Amino acid sequence: MLVFASFTYALEEEKEQTLQEEITEYIYHHVQDSHDFSLFSTKDKKTGEKKYYGFPLPVILVDDGVKFFMSSKLDHGKKVVESSGKYYKLYHGKIYETNSEGYISYDEKGKVTNARPLDLSITKSVFSILLVSILMFYLFRSLARSYNDNNQIAKGVGRFFEPIVIYIRDEIAIPSIGEEKHKKYMSFLLTLFFFIWFLNLLGLSPLGVNATGNIAVTFGLALVTFLITNLTANKTYWKHIFWMPGVPVWLKPLLAPIELLGVFIKPFSLMIRLYANILAGHIVLYSLIGLIFIFKNLVGSSLSLVLVFFISIIEVLVALLQAYIFTLLSALYFGFAVQEDDH
Amino acid sequence: MEKLISEFSSGLFFWQTIIFVTLIFLLRKYAWKPILDTVNEREKSIRDSLNSAKEAKKEMENMQAENKKILQEARAESDAMVNQAKQSGKELIEKAKSEARSEAEKILTQARSSIENEKRAAMNEIKNQVADLSIEIASKVLEQELDKDKNHQDYIDKLLNEKKFN
Repeated sequence: MLVFASFTYALEEEKEQTLQEEITEYIYHHVQDSHDFSLFSTKDKKTGEKKYYGFPLPVILVDDGVKFFMSSKLDHGKKVVESSGKYYKLYHGKIYETNSEGYISYDEKGKVTNARPLDLSITKSVFSILLVSILMFYLFRSLARSYNDNNQIAKGVGRFFEPIVIYIRDEIAIPSIGEEKHKKYMSFLLTLFFFIWFLNLLGLSPLGVNATGNIAVTFGLALVTFLITNLTANKTYWKHIFWMPGVPVWLKPLLAPIELLGVFIKPFSLMIRLYANILAGHIVLYSLIGLIFIFKNLVGSSLSLVLVFFISIIEVLVALLQAYIFTLLSALYFGFAVQEDDH
Repeated sequence: MEKLISEFSSGLFFWQTIIFVTLIFLLRKYAWKPILDTVNEREKSIRDSLNSAKEAKKEMENMQAENKKILQEARAESDAMVNQAKQSGKELIEKAKSEARSEAEKILTQARSSIENEKRAAMNEIKNQVADLSIEIASKVLEQELDKDKNHQDYIDKLLNEKKFN
């Protein structure tokens, strides 16, 4: 039996290499943003041609005016699209300007030298963000409305979310920012928490969305935290940065650049933390799912399945945890920005 | 790091920021403000209700204590009244008894004295009668003696017998 197994293993070694490569490629593609919303794909065994199932999304390019067409025209990079005299081609997930034949030129390092138009397409991630936003709006609007109809008591699905809203107010905002100043930050903190949480959960769904694991999204979130922190900061905050009280005078100029750097490092850490956690979670999950196909035997595959199951549960926890951490740290930064000089 | 920057999708960043900021403002107006207002209002009303309930309880306790006090006072008063009544009843009985006793004594004394008087009067009467009788007998005896000595004794006896019948 063992001999037989190793024999088949030797036979399939070459094939397995390609399977591993395929899985790697699949994971890579999955964690990237995409211009289509593809749900799954099949591969023709004879021709090796991939067939995608899903729906196209609008492509919006800003290149001497706004160009608009559906992503189905790009056909996953197989076709060149002509739009008002210019030609575009999808290459490794990015849209490049090409000639009518779709020629891609490279420099000596193998980098593409073709020009890239400003791509404001409604990509898969943008689509998910929109979806989550609409869902959130509907959900919390209905919660707000249910109070009027039901004598100030939440009704329906809002009952589940109301304690979370109160938790964010009582356990995150008030302890970090303070009783009297937390109010103006509540809208941001609540939106932030549910936005990240829902996007994280959507990322765990079989739809295969990876919005919060994309650095552009986390950068956008961290930027808003950064702007709110520094735009609402009071005198004490700036004094603590540029002229730290309570330390010897000769130390003050030394501390200023460090503190100033901290202003940027704080939101930067927020950005990296969320991005890295979600991306790593997705890669681990997909690698383990890939392992099921690589093992191809009962013991290994079922072991991988169990692992996938547990990692999935952990990822559900991480989805909540990362949303909580991002919100809590944002609240703490706001707290630093508005605290009064009392020590 | 270089790859991270080259892979950075400005389009996604653009949409993300716009959608997110819009969402904050939309939710603030249509969801968070009404939700938080309602929650705060509700909490306030709960707190107020609890406080008023506590106050009512306190008031009731005070009232109960007062009632108890009043009840105790009333009980003490009634006890005192009963005791007093008992006392006065006893006294009354005692007084009546003593009065009755003295009255009885008085009556007894009176009766005794009147008996004594009657007795004395009777004795006197007897004495007088005896004296008269004696005198009569004596005079008769003397008369008999004078008549006939022999018949003295018989005569006296006869007389005595006569007197006995009286």
